[in-house]
Amino acid sequence: MSADLTELYQQVILDHNRRPRNRGKLPTANRVAHGDNPTCGDQCSVYLRMDGARIAEISFDGSGCAISQASASLMTTQAKGKTGPEVQALYKHFHDIVTTGNAPEEISDLAAFAGVHSFPARIKCATLGWHAALEALKSDPLPTTTESHLD
Amino acid sequence: MPSWKNVRADFPILHQQVHGKPLVYLDNGATAQKPRAVIDALVHYYERDNSNVHRGLHALSMRATDAYEGARARIAKFINAADPAEIIFTRGTTESINLVARSWGQAHLKPGDVVLTTEIEHHSNLVPWQQAARASGATLKYLPVLGADGEGGLDLAALDQLLTPQVKLFAFTHISNTLGTIIPAAEFCRRARAVGAVTVIDAAQSIGHTPLDVQALGADFVAFSGHKMCGPTGIGVLYGRRALLDKLAPDETGGGMVVNVTYEGATWKPTPERFEAGTPNVADAIALGVACDYLDALGREHIAAHDAVLARVAMEKLSTLPGIRIIGPRVGAERSGLVSFAFADVHAHDIVTFADEDGVALRGGHHCNQPLMRKFGLTSTTRASFYLYNTEEEIDRLVAALRRTLTFFVGT
Repeated sequence: MSADLTELYQQVILDHNRRPRNRGKLPTANRVAHGDNPTCGDQCSVYLRMDGARIAEISFDGSGCAISQASASLMTTQAKGKTGPEVQALYKHFHDIVTTGNAPEEISDLAAFAGVHSFPARIKCATLGWHAALEALKSDPLPTTTESHLD
Repeated sequence: MPSWKNVRADFPILHQQVHGKPLVYLDNGATAQKPRAVIDALVHYYERDNSNVHRGLHALSMRATDAYEGARARIAKFINAADPAEIIFTRGTTESINLVARSWGQAHLKPGDVVLTTEIEHHSNLVPWQQAARASGATLKYLPVLGADGEGGLDLAALDQLLTPQVKLFAFTHISNTLGTIIPAAEFCRRARAVGAVTVIDAAQSIGHTPLDVQALGADFVAFSGHKMCGPTGIGVLYGRRALLDKLAPDETGGGMVVNVTYEGATWKPTPERFEAGTPNVADAIALGVACDYLDALGREHIAAHDAVLARVAMEKLSTLPGIRIIGPRVGAERSGLVSFAFADVHAHDIVTFADEDGVALRGGHHCNQPLMRKFGLTSTTRASFYLYNTEEEIDRLVAALRRTLTFFVGT
């Protein structure tokens, strides 16, 4: 296997792809947004329960390649407990990592996505879940009976 | 029979390494590679004959016009059209279908009418009809595909119920770009004609792969692209029966398609010029004529047989892979030279990335077939599509790449 491919499919990514964290609809969500990648058909919905300005709970649902699924999974673990501006800042770091391949060491697991930069066509896979999360943060709060919206 | 090994020498692009491995190009459903003769025709035109057509009286313009109109006649012969005026040059299949949907649709469709298409169409033969139905108030109906994986083909029994006298137009593909199913186009045309419906055939996947005779099919309109039949990108054809084209209003207007223009209005030239406003794509049309020569020298019946052998071998070998789900006709059933498949645990894009590392070019995604994918409960498939220069050894390379991918992701 080539060095580029090993770099792309890091253990962290394979692990999140096989055992996605926070996957499924969130019944208590009060924010939701959906992201589409029309060129490949990847889809990702992100559900948030905001407690004041902070994300108290977060989940994602959708389908796509290992990169998009692992990235959405990892995103949920990183965004939980953070405020909108904090998630925004985290995304900026993540975007730098996947576009330049330079990963500052303190960014932890997100650095696993540095290999994406050698595969420009896959950058949009890695950012899909993040875009959905940022959209959800900007979205209008859902009415209190959320079930019908989520189905 | 052509020597298929020698055919590979005609295609310069095939002789390269990708990621250090000899290229195995299996994305022919998306676009075919170009033989030296087609590339040379483009260079020759721009180096010797480049000029605008139908306008100039000088030597170059006359040469360019002769070559452009010669290509039209060549393509008419290629599909056995009765008259070169039935060949309209477009950018490709999509523009051809849009031309019919807008020009014919606007003139003929009204509320209460039905446009019939099928569940397996490429978006290019689906969205234009949704738009035409929306604009006219007509209803769009779909002929269903049978089987959980589309293995049963189109529902011929349902066709009897759906083909009512309200159906004004029936648009269908000749070969499915996703399933590989070959549609009984002549029978569909015959049955459509019996209720007075106009037929539109999307021949994008069949044109370079199998003999196509528009008169034998009994088709009213046939759309195809040059680039899938060894011609250049940016050139395609709308074939229309002369009697229909003579009554059809232009979609685009401007220079080259008018007889007399005043400040108050304009009158149109006859077909085909009426439908070719502006400077046409002269170079690519000429090169498309050369692609017709190339394919006919090999024999499209031989190409179809070669495709069928590769499809059979691919079906046999791919179906041994653990967990594979192949959509379209089953092993042993007739299919064109393409196979689409999915694995529950490995996404198509990861497969394509891995195969690419092995020098194998595949397509992964929804193949411009989103509603069909949804019907099958899939979001994407991986597609291997073959053409005249592909070999059985290349299918072995494909299978090896897939095994390596499965080992990595699934461990089997």
